[in-house]
Amino acid sequence: MQVPRRSFLKIGVAGACTLAAGGALYRLAHAPSASRFALDGKALTVLNAVIPVMLGPVLPVAAEARALALSGASARVRDAVLGLPLATQKEVQDLFGLLALGPARRLLAGVRGDWEQADPANVAAFLHSWRTHSLQTLQVAYQALHDLIIGAWYADPATWESIGYPGPVRELLA
Amino acid sequence: MSVISDPVQAGIAAGWRVTDGAQLQADQTLEADVVIVGSGAGGGVTAEILALSGLKVIIVEEGALKSSRDFKMREAEAYPALYQESAARKTKDKGITILQGRTVGGSTTINWTSSFRTPDITLRYWNQHFGLKDYTPESLAPWFGMMEERLSISDWPTPPNENNDLLRRGASKLNIPTGLIRRNVNGCWNLGYCGMGCPTNAKQSMLVTTIPSALQHGASLLTRVRADRLTIKNDRVTTLECVALTPDGLGTTGRRITLRARHFVLAGGAINTPALLMRSTAPDPHGLLGKRTFLHPTVISAGIFAQRVDGYAGAPQSVYSDHFLHNDRIDGPMGYKLEAPPLHPLLFSTTMPGFGAQHAAVMRQFPHVHALLALLRDGFHADAPGGSVALVHGAPVLDYPFSPFIWDGVRRALLSMAEIQFAAGAQSVTPVHERAEAYSSWTQAQAGINALPLKLLQTRVVSAHVMGGCGMSDDERLGVTSSGGRYHGLANVSVHDGSLFPTAIGANPQLSIYGIVARLASGLAQQMTGQPAARPTRA
Repeated sequence: MQVPRRSFLKIGVAGACTLAAGGALYRLAHAPSASRFALDGKALTVLNAVIPVMLGPVLPVAAEARALALSGASARVRDAVLGLPLATQKEVQDLFGLLALGPARRLLAGVRGDWEQADPANVAAFLHSWRTHSLQTLQVAYQALHDLIIGAWYADPATWESIGYPGPVRELLA
Repeated sequence: MSVISDPVQAGIAAGWRVTDGAQLQADQTLEADVVIVGSGAGGGVTAEILALSGLKVIIVEEGALKSSRDFKMREAEAYPALYQESAARKTKDKGITILQGRTVGGSTTINWTSSFRTPDITLRYWNQHFGLKDYTPESLAPWFGMMEERLSISDWPTPPNENNDLLRRGASKLNIPTGLIRRNVNGCWNLGYCGMGCPTNAKQSMLVTTIPSALQHGASLLTRVRADRLTIKNDRVTTLECVALTPDGLGTTGRRITLRARHFVLAGGAINTPALLMRSTAPDPHGLLGKRTFLHPTVISAGIFAQRVDGYAGAPQSVYSDHFLHNDRIDGPMGYKLEAPPLHPLLFSTTMPGFGAQHAAVMRQFPHVHALLALLRDGFHADAPGGSVALVHGAPVLDYPFSPFIWDGVRRALLSMAEIQFAAGAQSVTPVHERAEAYSSWTQAQAGINALPLKLLQTRVVSAHVMGGCGMSDDERLGVTSSGGRYHGLANVSVHDGSLFPTAIGANPQLSIYGIVARLASGLAQQMTGQPAARPTRA
């Protein structure tokens, strides 16, 4: 099913229903749960499509270096999520679970085809739309992706040279 | 081997009574004169005064005991280890990010050392509106003085870093007065990593001052132990029921700790203290518990300068302006305090909106970025009544709605900051908002900011100052705690943290907590021992 972008932008109530059916993207309820976030195959597919668009030109271009940077970036996102309260880990798991569902990807994100083949321009349009979407839930989801991906990237000392951050005094790190 | 000696590790080696809840193999029951929940500004000051006065004290802390040997100045390690919810605690609608400590020493272990006495006009308002007659600048001065001496709070003689000095220079061009911030440091290296735990033990946080002193005087410290609920029989608390947390502090191990005491002091901070009382179904006949929770809602403006700013280097906060707190009456249009924040890659990159090439372009300029904060003073006007804490499956959630009155303050604050940054020579200024642009002139910024749709989530709003929720007043219709910090309706419970404040402070709150709690704790010690309380001094 091809959903024109126009209808995505008008999604409103339909979007809210899909969200509910999709399994609580955003739970206010801190439901007690012992399970920790797992970067399973589906979540990884979503991340691999979103990370390059979120980070843009800072990812290396050469294929091998790019693949390495991408896998490092997704691993650091996983580590960042694992530091969050368990209830928040569940919310993030739900977000990736939802995005991995075909209907949600098409209807809510407006991304055509599988995440593996997603057109970066299409992913950028999805992020841009959620960033200022009239549904607060989608803004929250965008900000979660933004903060997790961008924060995990620049928290990595390997990126500091590229932004001119000297990092901590080495003498004190012994 | 580090060049810095670690007083906490030395104390443990010398036999301090410290128990890591994560390692407990069996349930425990312990007894003391006083149980203190929380080891931050309120809990630390209370613990030292009570222990010095000869009382047997148990301190309960849900964070871990980390010390200078653990403080490696890396955000990715510091935030999960030392902050509530990995420095990503949010309000109910996720519109405001809240920075609070969760470690031994609480927020004092990770704060930026800014030290202000409670402003006179704030105390006057408390006097008039909450009947707090003994909260005057004169009556509190000896207590502020005592804690300033204890924590080495004094003028900071080193010149401000460029990030702070740009605030001074820009404001000065506009004839806006600024002041220098006093700091609680002793032998500071001027590094700039206060927010990740002081690696040199120069910051006189509770971690290296009052808590070690209390432990040397026989207090016990339980870490990775969460206060779950108070058992209330008639008007007395008999026990505090606690749960042990897993080593990562996220889950519970199933071990329970029961604490008996004559008196219970709650100092878990202005979200967790009301939540503990709510879980315990403490009396609240007027529905005030957890209400009027204040944040100093804070908005941010980022400027790009031709010269290097190096916002990560040097004392993070040394210059402030209270000009916009005094433009109007305290209960008039919302006032705001201006300060500069330290800039480190994780917090800065997540704070800056946008993605892809747009975001990367900002990051490439990182050493040239200057940032200003405006802390809005909430709690003095009917349209800025603060938020409210509720429980969701036992966990606290703060709901903090924004009124048009607050947004008016936000817009004026974004304008003031941009004007100052341009006056200081900024090439461009970006208010931190999803729809804002990098404006290249003051005229353009004025037009842009005036047109911004101000809403939560679109406007980045943060808070590092959570206050209120157990407000003080001797009139039970106006507050759940007395002017002496006693919880109304419970004979043996005190609140000794920022949740006591009936409004926001209008300044970084740590010294307000130190001074006010020092008086409350001294009063409590005297009541419990029949002797004048011991006076803490610098070791």
